[in-house]
Amino acid sequence: MAGSNTMPVSLNLRAVILSVLILLVGLGIWEFLNQPPEASEALTEYELLMGGADQESRVPPPSQVIAHAWSELSNPFYDAGPNDKGIGIQLAYSLYRVLTGYFAAALIAIPLGFVIGMSPLMYKALNPFIQVLRPISPLAWMPLALFVIKDSERSAIFVIFICSIWPMLINTAFGVANVRADWVKVAKTHELSQIRTALTVILPAAAPTILTGMRISIGIAWLVIVAAEMLVGGTGIGYYVWNEWNNLDLNSVIFSILMIGVVGMLLDMALSAVSRLVQYEE
Amino acid sequence: MAEMTAKVASKESVDPSKIGADAGAGNTTETIGKGGSKPFVSIEGLCKHYPSPDKEEELVVFDHVNLGIEKGEFVCIIGHSGCGKSTILNIMAGLDEPSSGGIVMDGKEVSGPSLDRGVVFQNYSLLPWLSALQNVNFGVRSRWPGWSKVEVEAHSKRYLEMVGLGDTMQRKPSQLSGGMRQRVSIARAFATQPKLLLLDEPFGALDALTRGVIQDELIKIWSEDQQTVFMITHDVDEAILLADRVLLMTNGPDARVAESVRINIPRPRERARIIEYPGFYKIRNHLVNFLVTRSAQMAGGGSEEPTASERLARGGYPVDVDPLALAPVQKHADGSLLKSVR
Repeated sequence: MAGSNTMPVSLNLRAVILSVLILLVGLGIWEFLNQPPEASEALTEYELLMGGADQESRVPPPSQVIAHAWSELSNPFYDAGPNDKGIGIQLAYSLYRVLTGYFAAALIAIPLGFVIGMSPLMYKALNPFIQVLRPISPLAWMPLALFVIKDSERSAIFVIFICSIWPMLINTAFGVANVRADWVKVAKTHELSQIRTALTVILPAAAPTILTGMRISIGIAWLVIVAAEMLVGGTGIGYYVWNEWNNLDLNSVIFSILMIGVVGMLLDMALSAVSRLVQYEE
Repeated sequence: MAEMTAKVASKESVDPSKIGADAGAGNTTETIGKGGSKPFVSIEGLCKHYPSPDKEEELVVFDHVNLGIEKGEFVCIIGHSGCGKSTILNIMAGLDEPSSGGIVMDGKEVSGPSLDRGVVFQNYSLLPWLSALQNVNFGVRSRWPGWSKVEVEAHSKRYLEMVGLGDTMQRKPSQLSGGMRQRVSIARAFATQPKLLLLDEPFGALDALTRGVIQDELIKIWSEDQQTVFMITHDVDEAILLADRVLLMTNGPDARVAESVRINIPRPRERARIIEYPGFYKIRNHLVNFLVTRSAQMAGGGSEEPTASERLARGGYPVDVDPLALAPVQKHADGSLLKSVR
């Protein structure tokens, strides 16, 4: 027992040490490669006035980015006008759009997927539409959405809706269609009604597959929101990245890229926690 | 469907439906019911055929199977793979449709699945996201929707304790051994107290030791409830231990239930002691002999295939055999002898 216990612990520990090491080496190389060039000769007054001390445009070194991140994160929810909001507010806007579009998609995709999964007729009838609509880049809908909806905020939500619907729809249909025939037989021999069969046998049986689809969808939605907000502007983390690029504030650009990653990871972890709840072992 | 049936009927020299009709009026009551009354479960002229790929002829799985099962009787059916015994069981359960013929249980025709007919499948068919207790609750709640939660749990627990799972009922099926899972499945079926219990090779996937223990439990729970049981098995010893009557099927395709063998060994039977019973080997030899040689000889078109008129005379019912009352049957098992036995 002792032997089998020490093994995974030491593996985890070694993994953590290695991760930290890779991080430090990576940051070290980045920092080292981004030192401002030594001034070869004294600058003229004109050069100093023009900011010539730092002529070469450089990616800021990690020390600057970390310092900037610290100041941003210590006050994430400040609001100093349309073009100067804290990172927390920007992320909250993006999350609001993602979650609204995502849950609207779930509300349609899961019941529709159930119908497609349970009825071979519906599967065959709807499959051509799904196959054509699914590969369309969600951003390709944007002009049409803007024209029809006439509201940039809602158009962004619609784009999230349209990109999250497919994985959920397809996985739900697949999960429902592939529920083990034995379990359906159990429901039949117990004289369960259609509704009760769907709720007490098919839904729990297909839940892990449905949750996998939901997990894929939230990942795609988070990818798409950045691009969508760059297009529609105004608020949100995607707009923030683009705006800071226009401001040539590379510190903020790098910082917000990292924040996009962190939030995406948290969303995925949340969905994975939910899917563990419905997981079962056969 | 009607077209298909008509095609088969015209190919046959004897119309199955006529056999069924004759069975009602004819001389067959002696082979089925004690005293001539209609049995509790009555399988009448059951046929199953599938269209074959070349569409010229149909694949006949089995043909005019006629059977009767009395209330409280434990009947086992044995036959080689492919003879259609699982299909018969599925039709009895209402999960499959016969091509023609039908089943009457307790005066009502079987159509579609019902809680009156409980099924135990070979692969347990437990719902893996529910614990053992919840699985049994699932059955009990569907049977008595009006019961309170407490009543349902108490009833389920009683049956789980009966199969020796009092301590492990909170576990999920994945945390249970194969034997324990099958016990849960048996508890679920018995707990719903169906009028007829259908067991589809319930011990087929279990090792011999576990199988023995669960057979004992099955006998125990059956003797308490006095259920009517119809069970498929491949194991001759299991059939002798459990059954009042063993039905023997000839090899498929075009299989028939050829014999109905009475197991006149007094109850309660014990697994360890049953071989000491003087008639045990006589019965066992009769069954094994059937499975090894005669099931193939009697198969569709075989040399021992009874003529249509012989079948008609019995109304399609299997020959009733009591191996203990019949010495020479193993040696000269030809059609004429069997008839004289009857």
